[in-house]
Order: sequence, then structure tokens, then C-alpha cells
Amino acid sequence: MIRFLYADQLNTAPLLAETMFRDRAVQFRDRLEWDVTVDENGFETDDYDAINPLYVIWEGDDGRHKGSMRVLPTLGRTMVNDHFTHLTDGVTIMSALIWECTRFCISPDAQDDGKRIAGGVMLAGHELGLRFGLLSSVGVFDARMRRIYRSIGWEPEVIGEAGEGKNRICAGLWPFSEEIRAAIAEAAGLDEDLGRQWFDASFPAHQTVLPLAA
Amino acid sequence: MTHRMEDLWNRLQSSHTIDDVQSVVEHLRDAFDLTHVVYHVVGGSGREYGAVTYDADWVQHYKEEEYFRIDPVVGEALRRFLPMDWKSLDWSGKPARELFHKAVDQGIGRQGLSVPIRGVGGQFALFSVTGDDGDDGWQSFMRESSGDLMLASNYVHQRVTEIMNEEDTVIAAPLSPRERDVLSLLASGRSRAEASDYLKISEHTFRVYVDAARHKLGALNTTHAVAKALANGLILP
Repeated sequence: MIRFLYADQLNTAPLLAETMFRDRAVQFRDRLEWDVTVDENGFETDDYDAINPLYVIWEGDDGRHKGSMRVLPTLGRTMVNDHFTHLTDGVTIMSALIWECTRFCISPDAQDDGKRIAGGVMLAGHELGLRFGLLSSVGVFDARMRRIYRSIGWEPEVIGEAGEGKNRICAGLWPFSEEIRAAIAEAAGLDEDLGRQWFDASFPAHQTVLPLAA
Repeated sequence: MTHRMEDLWNRLQSSHTIDDVQSVVEHLRDAFDLTHVVYHVVGGSGREYGAVTYDADWVQHYKEEEYFRIDPVVGEALRRFLPMDWKSLDWSGKPARELFHKAVDQGIGRQGLSVPIRGVGGQFALFSVTGDDGDDGWQSFMRESSGDLMLASNYVHQRVTEIMNEEDTVIAAPLSPRERDVLSLLASGRSRAEASDYLKISEHTFRVYVDAARHKLGALNTTHAVAKALANGLILP
């Protein structure tokens, strides 16, 4: 299942957090060969993990990370605006209705289930977009990920690319719509309504009138 | 764009003092049929400002009792960015429960929704609305209005930031050539489809560029963004 957790809530799920940061090291340093920072614990982190982003994480039955991404509002600091405006036609993309999604990662542990898990993470991202009436999500990603996004049914519109071969990176925009949500759910073999259920489970509503005595 | 959003924006544009914003917030409460509206900002420099429709006695009591120390709305919102239903906050501690009951007694409302706003320069604001609906009514209100409320919170925030003249304001950020292109094409009367076709970008990308420009110009919508860019000589007619 998917869990929505802010960075300062990761201490409530230490195994999940540790396996996520280790899987990120495997994906970004080892597999994609990005120039990222990995600490002595084997955790891949950057400056944006320090400003309390929201993580969308698929937690396996064993409590370990299977796939995830990181979400930040573009009104605050973002990777794309701080470092990649040469990929956005020079446009600093800031809006209350646009959020940044980065560090989309699938665990090597996901194995044959990778497509379903990737689709689940995207379905959860879509839930944020539709629930809060967002216009778009923006992100910077490795060009080799385009194929993955396409297979999930949510291909970003690439607005800029730079670098050659394995160094090629893209900036892209992901629109939100009911139709796209249905396509993602179908490609992943998941129920469309799961995004809503995961969100409500992560942010459960308590009783309106709370008993004073307890 | 609904009429009430346009009206809100117009009222903010003609606000030049913090007191003006106070009356806009009161108007917003009535237009959205809410019980209360609260806006509070802490600037990067630590300067604070609030516009609240709460009763003055409650505000004073809240400050005297230093409820902000135990109020989960404040405690959680400081670190979040998703709009938050107050029901999803942790009210389980006794001080928090007592605060909740006192607030309900004071007519603050039984339901609440807060929109946290993060600024690039460490600036932080919280925009909250309260109501007295039952759970189902509040649920559907939030579903219908959370997009509008996120924009409303941002309009108020941008305007207050302009009035406070905070150094970390981003409103003065210059438009990039691409943003000037999209606005110029719209100013020349082209439709969004024609203009995006001309620039060889998709309509969605076009929409995002327009929205980025709209935000920088502190404009309400596309039409206002074009008018404002023309008026300020950022694009030529």
C-alpha cells in the first residue's frame, strides 16, 4: 500500500525510510550514475530532503520500500527552479497550483511487481493533483525514465532536455485529469479509487466533537 | 474563475493598508459562507502580521494563554504544505482537546481547513477557514472549494507581502522571454491553441507558462496577466 509521509514523520517508519534512501542510492548512483551524495549509511539524500518534503511511498507487506517519489510546492524552494531553468525555457515555474515531483524511484526489490508499484506511486500522485485542484506537476528526470513513464500511462510533456547519452536529463510537466487517472490505474492493474483510499488512510479524519475526558 | 474569486482579487488590488486586508478577509468569510477566516504570516525577517475575523476577546485570550504552543493547527501546519482538514490533526492530548472545546464554545466553528504557504526566503503563512457544517457537508465543501481556497490564500498572501514590502517577495521576479512570448501572443488576440501551435509547445505547457507569469505578476487570471504585462511595458501591444 501507499503511504503519504512528510520527512519529519519518517521516524515513525524507520525501516521504510532507510530502505527508501538506500534504494535511491541504488537507482540514482549505481544504475543511472548520477552525481548524488550517499552517506556512510548508504542513504542517498540532497538539500530538498531537508526542507520537509512529502514522500509518496509504496510499503511492501514486509514493511520495506518498493517505490516512491518526493513532492514539494513550487512556491518554496525546488530543484527545477534552483538548478534547471535552462531546461524550462528560462521560466521559473512557481504557482500555488503546481507542485514538483522528483526522485521517482523503484526498488530493485520490486522485481516483477515494478510496473504495478510504479503505477501505484503515480496513482497516488494523481490523487494529490485532483484532490487539490492542481494545474500540473513539474519535475526533472533521467531521459531513460521516459520509457517507464510511458508504460505506466502517464507520460510527461518534455519541455527541455540537455546532456548526451546516459547524462541526458529532461524537465517535464505532468497534467492531471480523470482520464489519465483511469489510464494509469488500468496500466497498473489497480483500482482507480485506491489513490483516495491511501490518502484518507494516511491523513485519517477523527471525530468532530472530541470527548473532553479520556 | 468564479465571480467571487474575481471579486476577492479586485478587493485585494484596491487594498493598500493592512486594515484594508482585514475587511477583505471579512468579506471573504461572507462570500464563501464561512464561520471564520484567519490569515497569519511570519516573514523571513521574523515580522508578523495577521488578519482575522475571530472575536477580539478570543484573540487576546488565545495569546495570553499561549495556545499557539499546544494548538495542533499551528504545530503541524508549520511543517506541512498540503491543505489540512483540522479533523486529521492530532487533538488527542488533553490541552489540545480543551482548546478545541473552548474554541467551539467561542463560536470558532466545529470544522476547519488550513492552507500552509511556504515562501522561498523562509517566509511562512497560514490561511485557515472554519465552518459549522456536519462532516458530510464539510467534506463536500472542501472537495468543491480547496482549489479556490488555495488560490484565495495565495492572493491574500501576495497582496500582504506587497504591502509589507518583504525583501523575500518573489512578485518582482522578471518575466523570462518565453513568458513574454506567451503573453504577447495572447495579447495579439490568438487563442491558446493557436498560440501554443505557433510556439510548437503543447497546450498544457503553454498553460503552465501562462500560470507562472500570472503568479509573478500577481494577476488573477490570464486576461489580467496580459493586461498587467501591457500596462507595465513588459510586452508590447
